[in-house]
Amino acid sequence: MDKPDTHDKPVATHGFDLDALHRRPQAPIQEADIALSVERLNLSYSGKPALRDIHFSIPRRRVTAFIGPSGCGKSSLLRCFNRMNDLVDGCVVSGRVMLEDTNIYLPTVDVSQLRRRVGMVFQKPNPFPMSIYENVAYGLRIQGINRRRHLDEIVEKSLRSAALWDEVKDRLQDNALGLSGGQQQRLVIARTIAVEPEMVLLDEPASSLDPISTLRIEELIYELRSKYTIVIVTHNMQQAARVSDMTAFMNLGRLVEYDSTDRLFTNPQQRQTEDYITGRYG
Amino acid sequence: MSVERKSLYLGRRGGIAHWFRSGEPMVWLNAGAVSFALLSVFGLLWLLAWHGLGHFWPRELLEFSVSREGELYTVLGEQVSRERVSTDQLRAVGVRTSASGKWELRRLVKRGNRDFLDTDFAWLLDSSIVEIRRPRAVMRVERLEWGNLYGRLLGIEDRGKPVATTAAADEAATWALFQALVAENEVMRAAIRDLEGEEVGRINFDMERLRLRERRLALAGEALPAELAERRRALEADYEVARQRLLTLYEQSERYSYRVALADGREVTLPLGQVVRAILPNDMGVLSKLNYYRVRLWEFLSDDPREANTEGGVYPAIFGTVLMVLLMSIMVTPFGVLAAVFLHEVAGQGRVTRVFRAAVNNLAGVPSIVYGIFGLGFFVYGVGGELDRLFFPEALPSPTYGTPGLMWASLTLALLTLPVVVVATEEGLARVPQSIREGSLALGATRAETLWRVVLPMASPAMMTGVILAVARAAGEVAPLMLVGVVKLAPTLPLDGNFPYLHLEQKFMHLGFHIYDVGFQSPNIEAARPLVYATALLLVVIIALLNLAAVALRNRLREHYAALDAPV
Repeated sequence: MDKPDTHDKPVATHGFDLDALHRRPQAPIQEADIALSVERLNLSYSGKPALRDIHFSIPRRRVTAFIGPSGCGKSSLLRCFNRMNDLVDGCVVSGRVMLEDTNIYLPTVDVSQLRRRVGMVFQKPNPFPMSIYENVAYGLRIQGINRRRHLDEIVEKSLRSAALWDEVKDRLQDNALGLSGGQQQRLVIARTIAVEPEMVLLDEPASSLDPISTLRIEELIYELRSKYTIVIVTHNMQQAARVSDMTAFMNLGRLVEYDSTDRLFTNPQQRQTEDYITGRYG
Repeated sequence: MSVERKSLYLGRRGGIAHWFRSGEPMVWLNAGAVSFALLSVFGLLWLLAWHGLGHFWPRELLEFSVSREGELYTVLGEQVSRERVSTDQLRAVGVRTSASGKWELRRLVKRGNRDFLDTDFAWLLDSSIVEIRRPRAVMRVERLEWGNLYGRLLGIEDRGKPVATTAAADEAATWALFQALVAENEVMRAAIRDLEGEEVGRINFDMERLRLRERRLALAGEALPAELAERRRALEADYEVARQRLLTLYEQSERYSYRVALADGREVTLPLGQVVRAILPNDMGVLSKLNYYRVRLWEFLSDDPREANTEGGVYPAIFGTVLMVLLMSIMVTPFGVLAAVFLHEVAGQGRVTRVFRAAVNNLAGVPSIVYGIFGLGFFVYGVGGELDRLFFPEALPSPTYGTPGLMWASLTLALLTLPVVVVATEEGLARVPQSIREGSLALGATRAETLWRVVLPMASPAMMTGVILAVARAAGEVAPLMLVGVVKLAPTLPLDGNFPYLHLEQKFMHLGFHIYDVGFQSPNIEAARPLVYATALLLVVIIALLNLAAVALRNRLREHYAALDAPV
C-alpha cells in the first residue's frame, strides 16, 4: 500500500484514502465534454423553496457526487435531471436544465424519452415482482422490443455489466425478490443500463446495504464510468471521495462549492465546505 | 421474611385484583367470543345437516291402531317427530282427550296417500294409540303426483288383466316384477323427457324464431319468401313425428297398473307409470338403505323439482345460482377495478374525490331491496324496454329483455357488490409502493404502462379479495332477485343447446329464493320442511365452494406477486 504522498498539509487530507483519487486519470474537463448543464435552476415545493439559483455543469463519462447534510436539496437536484420531480404535487421548477442542446423542461419534451436517456437508481432496491430476466427486459419491452434472441443478448450483457451475471445466470426465471439486497440493487442497475442511457443517476444507492454490498456497488460505479455519465447522491463522504471525479457540496438549497473531488476534499475554498467535511458542521 | 413471602405468594385478597390486572380475564373473554362464534357456526351447520340430510334416509313404516271415540282405525306411515303438548291446548282446539295429566305426548305421522285421505300428515295422541305394529310387507311408493303412497302390494294388471298377485303366495315374484316394471318405466320416462326437452324444445325454439322472422319482415313491409313457409312445413312435419313418438311412449307407460291395499282396508288400482320408485323399508338391510339414501340424495342434487317444489331435486336452482354468481363476477370485476383505478390513480386526491369515495363506500350500506327496485325500474323497464323497442320489435308486445331475467339479475347484483370490489382494489393499489412505480417511470414507462404492467398485477390479489367478498354477498342475496329475474319454477335452464346457448333474457331459479318459496309459499308445509333444511345446507356449501375457488385463485396470484409481503 502506498502512503499518501503529494500533500504537505497533513490536516487537509482529513483521513481520506487519497490513493484511490490519485490512481485516476485526471484529464482536464473540456467545454465539449459537458453532458448536462444547469442554469439558474430554482425549485420549490408548494411555495417553499428547496433549490436556489443552481448553476453548474456535469462532465461526460465522469462520476459526479453530490454531498451535503440532510434536506440540503441534493436529491431534489438529482431528480430534476430526469424530471422525477414532476410526480410531486406542488413542485415548481424554473431555470434551464440542458441535456446536450435541449432544455429538458420545455413543454415539448417527451418525458418518457428523456428518462430512457437519463436512467435512475433509487435508495432502496426496487425490483419489480417478476423474474430476474423480466426485470432487466422491462425497459426494452416498454420500447416494444420483444424478440427473444435480442432480449436474451441484452439481458446477459446488462447483467454482466452490473457484475451480477455469474450469480444469477442459472436462475434467470426466479423471482427477483428472492435476491439479497445488494444483488437487488445491482439488478436495478442492470435494468437501468439495459435501455442504454447516456446518464445514470444514483440516489444514495448503497445507503440500505451492508458494507460488502456497498463495496461491490462502488466497484461497479467505477467500472461504469467508462461508458456512462454518472451522478451520485451520497451521505457518505468517504464514498464520494472513493468513487467520484467531481464533487458538489450543497447546503440549504444552494450549491456551495463544486470542484474536482481531489481539490474539494483536500483544499476546500469555502468555510462551510471545510466545516462539513471535517465534521464540524452542526 | 414475611414481607418477601407476601410479595411472592399472592394472598387471597390480592388474588382477584391481581388476576384482573394480569390481563387474563381479557384472554378468557376473547377466547370465549371466538368459541361462541365457532359454536354458532357449527351449531347452525349441524342443525341444517341433521334435519336436511336425515330426510333422505328411509324410515321404517309403522302401523298404528288408534281408537277415537270408541272407534278403532288404522294409520300406516312414517313417524316424523314426537313432542309434548299441553292438554289445555288440545282441549282448546276441540280434541277430546282421556288423559288426566297436564301434558300429553303426540306423534306426527306421515301417512301419505293424499289422493285418498284429506291430509298426508296426522297427529296421533299417544293415549289414543292402542297398538303399534311393524309389518314387513308394506311399501312406500314415490309417485310423480300426489306424493307418497303407503300400502300393501296386491297385484299387477296389464291393461286391466291381472298378471301377478300376491294372493297366489307368490309375493317375492310379484315384487320383483313390480320393480322390473318400475325400472322399465324409468327408462321410458327418461326417453319422454329427452324427447320433450330436446327435440320438441328445439322445434318450439325454431318455430318461435321463424315466427319472429316473419313478423320482422311483415313489419318492414317486405314479402315473405317462399322458403319460410317451406321451413315452417318442415318443422310442423318434425313436430308431428315427435308427437307420434311421444304418444306411443305415453301409451306404453300407461299399459300397466298395480293394486294396493291401503291401511284402512280399501283396495285401489293405480297407474304404474306414475311410480318413481318403490321400497319395502321394513324389509331392507342397512346396505340397501344406504344405497337408497345415495340414490335419493343424488336425485335431490341432479333432478328437477316436482309437485310445487316439495319433491324431487333442486338442480335448476343450483345451476341458476352458480351461473348468476359467475356472470355477476364477470360484470363487477372490470367495473370495480376501473372505478378504483380512477379514484386512486387518475383523479387528484382533492375534496371531490373524497366525496366520490365516500359515496361509493356508502353504496354498500344501501338495503338490497332498494337495488332490486332500482334494477326493476332502470334495467328491466328502462334499458330492457328500450332494447326491445330497438332490437326486438317483432316480438312485442311480449317483452324479450324488458322483463326480469338472468342478465338484469346479474347486473343488479353487480351494482350491489360494486363498492366491495372498489374498496378492496383501492386498498390493493394503495399498498403498491411508490418506489416500484418510480422504478418503472424512471425506465421511460408512461403512467399508463406502469399501471398496466406493474401496478395492476401487484394489486390483483386485492382485486380477488374484493371478488371473494362480492361473491359471498351476491350468492346469499334473495330480496333484489325476486324483482329482477328469479322465479319459482323455470321450465328450461338458461344454458342449453339452442343458439346462442346462453339465454340472458330468461328467468332462472335460485337456491335462496327456493328456500323462501318451499319454506313459506308451499301448500304442503310438513312435506317441504326437510327440503328447506337440505336446500339451506346446499346453499351454504355452494357459497363456501365458490369462495374457496376464489381464494385458491387469489393465493396463486399472491405467490406470483409476493412483493408486498417480502422482506427487503
